[in-house]
Amino acid sequence: MRYLPKSPADREQMLREIGCKSIDDLFAPIPAEYRLKRDLKVPRQMAESEVVDYFRERAEANAAGYAVFLGAGAYHHYRPVVIDALISRGEFFTAYTPYQAEIAQGTLQAIFEFQTMICELTGMEVANASMYDGSTGAAEALLMACRVTGRKSAVVAKSAHPEYREVIRTYTQHQGLPIAECGFLENGRVDAGELEKKISDETACVLIQSPNFFGTIEDVAGVAELAHKKGALLVVSIAEALSLGIVKPPAEADIVSMEAQSFGVPLGFGGPYAGVLATKEKFVRQMPGRLVGEARDKDGRRGFVLTLSTREQHIRREKATSNICTNQALIATMATIYMTIYGREGLKELAAQNLAKAAYAAGEFAKKGKLLFQGAPRFNEFVVQTKEDPHNINSRLLEKRIVGGFPLSKFYPELGNAALWCCTELNPKEQIDEAVKAVGQ
Amino acid sequence: MSNKDIKKATRHVNQNEGLIFERSSPGKKGYRLPPLDVPEVDYRKALGGAARQDLGNMPEVSEMEIIRHFTRISTWNYAIDLGMYPLGSCTMKYNARVNEVVARLNGLAEVHPYQPEKISQGALRIMKALADCLLDITGMEAITLQPAAGAHGEMTGILLLHAYLRAQGNPRKKILIPDSAHGTNPATAAICGYAVENLKSNSHGMVDISALAAQMNDDVAGLMLTNPNTLGIFEQEIAKIAEILHQKGGLLYMDGANMNALVGKTRPGDFGVDVMHLNLHKTFSTPHGGGGPGSGPVACKKALEPFLPKPVIVEKPDGMLGFDYNRPQSVGRVRMFYGNFGMHVRALAYIMANGYDGLRQTTEDAVLNANYIRKKLEQDYELPYKSASMHEVVFSDRIQAQKGVKTGDIAKRLIDYGFHPYTVSFPLVVPGALMIEPTESESVEELDLFVDAMKAIAREAEEDPDLIRSAPHSTRVSRLDETAAARKPVLRWRPAQAKSANE
Repeated sequence: MRYLPKSPADREQMLREIGCKSIDDLFAPIPAEYRLKRDLKVPRQMAESEVVDYFRERAEANAAGYAVFLGAGAYHHYRPVVIDALISRGEFFTAYTPYQAEIAQGTLQAIFEFQTMICELTGMEVANASMYDGSTGAAEALLMACRVTGRKSAVVAKSAHPEYREVIRTYTQHQGLPIAECGFLENGRVDAGELEKKISDETACVLIQSPNFFGTIEDVAGVAELAHKKGALLVVSIAEALSLGIVKPPAEADIVSMEAQSFGVPLGFGGPYAGVLATKEKFVRQMPGRLVGEARDKDGRRGFVLTLSTREQHIRREKATSNICTNQALIATMATIYMTIYGREGLKELAAQNLAKAAYAAGEFAKKGKLLFQGAPRFNEFVVQTKEDPHNINSRLLEKRIVGGFPLSKFYPELGNAALWCCTELNPKEQIDEAVKAVGQ
Repeated sequence: MSNKDIKKATRHVNQNEGLIFERSSPGKKGYRLPPLDVPEVDYRKALGGAARQDLGNMPEVSEMEIIRHFTRISTWNYAIDLGMYPLGSCTMKYNARVNEVVARLNGLAEVHPYQPEKISQGALRIMKALADCLLDITGMEAITLQPAAGAHGEMTGILLLHAYLRAQGNPRKKILIPDSAHGTNPATAAICGYAVENLKSNSHGMVDISALAAQMNDDVAGLMLTNPNTLGIFEQEIAKIAEILHQKGGLLYMDGANMNALVGKTRPGDFGVDVMHLNLHKTFSTPHGGGGPGSGPVACKKALEPFLPKPVIVEKPDGMLGFDYNRPQSVGRVRMFYGNFGMHVRALAYIMANGYDGLRQTTEDAVLNANYIRKKLEQDYELPYKSASMHEVVFSDRIQAQKGVKTGDIAKRLIDYGFHPYTVSFPLVVPGALMIEPTESESVEELDLFVDAMKAIAREAEEDPDLIRSAPHSTRVSRLDETAAARKPVLRWRPAQAKSANE
């Protein structure tokens, strides 16, 4: 097999030196009754060309080149080619976790830069090296708030991503942690009145998403005040990271959990993505995940190391802040390169383009249906309610090779025939116009 | 410094590079956007109080500098492409290039997870094909590809265990974990609300059967076992272990990190495992990426199937594949969407490139390589457990410690010899452990270079222990002061730190 760097003669020689007659001797520890006596039921060995053909056929059955108006936690942005050119270097993608700092300075420095940029964008003081994604990041942020406050309940906004909320429930189900949900108003924002009633002295944190699942930007300062008044923390979850190019960062939050997928990570049918947690310095010892810190060698040279490891599983085992080990380092590196390419001016310009596209589309769709959640600012997503079932509309759009907005009846049946639409810099005006036309038919 | 024994590596001119922020200057640009084809929006008016004032210290650099920056720092990394990683239980094997090509095919890389199932059949077919292969490889009956990493899979598996036992009437309170287990095991058990009870190993490095029998009772939900264990030793009494657990209504969870010793030769489902996770970034060659992404599918027996995370993939009457969310007994989602699909693609490509004979040969070579190293080094380093090694071998630093040289020091000196260190000080049952797993990806030549390096260091421990204790000597930075770093953590760059890096 072409990946295996041995000749039959090599194997024979090695067996001789070990003192074995055959390779079977080395598998003797496996009790005879459990030794597999047949071939595995997997495909036969394929040539490289056959492997490529197989996946090409699958890729073709998986329509690409469609116009996409989906957001809802995964965003279609342009990926500068420099990203793959760099992270395809073997030194980045075939490297191990940087436990041996002296020969992992490349990875460590890239992560240190990532942590810095996340702090700058989110308004927090420290950020970690990544979580699996935005949904597990939100769950871990909530658990972190419980550790910090010593309290055992939380309030989560219903306007946060439904799948994030499902993950939070999964993570908290055995922790004796009741989660209360709080509804939203006609303007799309979390219901502050209901929220105030639901926060108690037992609430570890309030969790909101901003921009929220509907694309609406929350009143972060207002919610922070309500939470802090009762000694609870505010966790802000961010699903569309690009919003930070133009939307005020949630500086009043105590913990920010961000999904970095918008920053140069392929949509990839849902993964791999990368979450990240950011917080105030005073909470860092309760933060899960890896952290890269600056260090000096004996000659005073600057380098970087994984640090504060006593929080982690390999040191603290059952007392660890989390069980997380492998995270999403290469994806975080993609995000770092993306953030560097666009930088201070580009992220703002790109976010402004997204804002404009979505504003235009929302205006046009409003002529064909009802635009929900008016009265509060939005970023690049909006909700349209139509007389016709969005599923039927989408079938019609699909024939024109357009993937329409995400029907909300599955998660928010109370909104009736509503769908969540997203417009990014990759939706040309003609495409938006065509989608609007088809909706109206 | 005695370099004459070092054959694998040579010092070479290596580029310096500061932090990207140190290159930044206002007005430099690394991007250009196409013109806006819709009316511009005054963002301050549109967002009001929610408008951002500025992006602070985000960098401004050109594309050329970005390429230079990241290329230069990449050259400071060791990687599989450069040489062997003898890290135990990490299975640092070749990351095939074709996996990267197929994962980047447009129809796989650029599809939104919420796009209609009708136009996602390619992705669903890939996930199902991978699932079917993994089921036969593990000897299990149901599987989820949702977990994002091994630890995530462990959590999912223990949630399944809990749900199953609760449906039986009593979720129980404790999980038994061997003292040789990876740290994620007890951390996982705690998250799932279980108390952790330690299980001792015997003098052969295997589970102490009488201890297990004594500790197994109605309060114990199950045992989290790695097999082969972290000593690289196959639990020969695995059938008895499963029996003891099952007899008292408990379950056997297997940490699949060491599957590289088993694929094609035996199946956990056949020897009594009820639920297990796999590490696609270990056994199935998906790249480590400097710390992820990984993927940790969880496979189980039929009895646990109703509790799998939702959605599950189903085949509909018309032959189309789809996601089934109607799973009332599911433990819930463990993450949004469907899992690290990009890693599913790569793992399936690996399986196909190998075929059943390639996979078997891979396992055989992995075990052969580890035993070769064991044979060659067993006179130079102490072998604390004499039981047969499978795909990894654990030595201890007992001989060298007599000269004040510890496993951590030997590891750092190995860097001067051009290798990445083995796993240091783990498993905890071996004081001063050196945990070595070469994988099948190493040629005889690379193995011999490794053996020569380790023998040379053993000699150095006798003749010049200080050389080892102050290693590495040939890297860009020498040993970094991790204690000081933790005491006063500096976790981000700040503008005031604009002084040079003192090269």
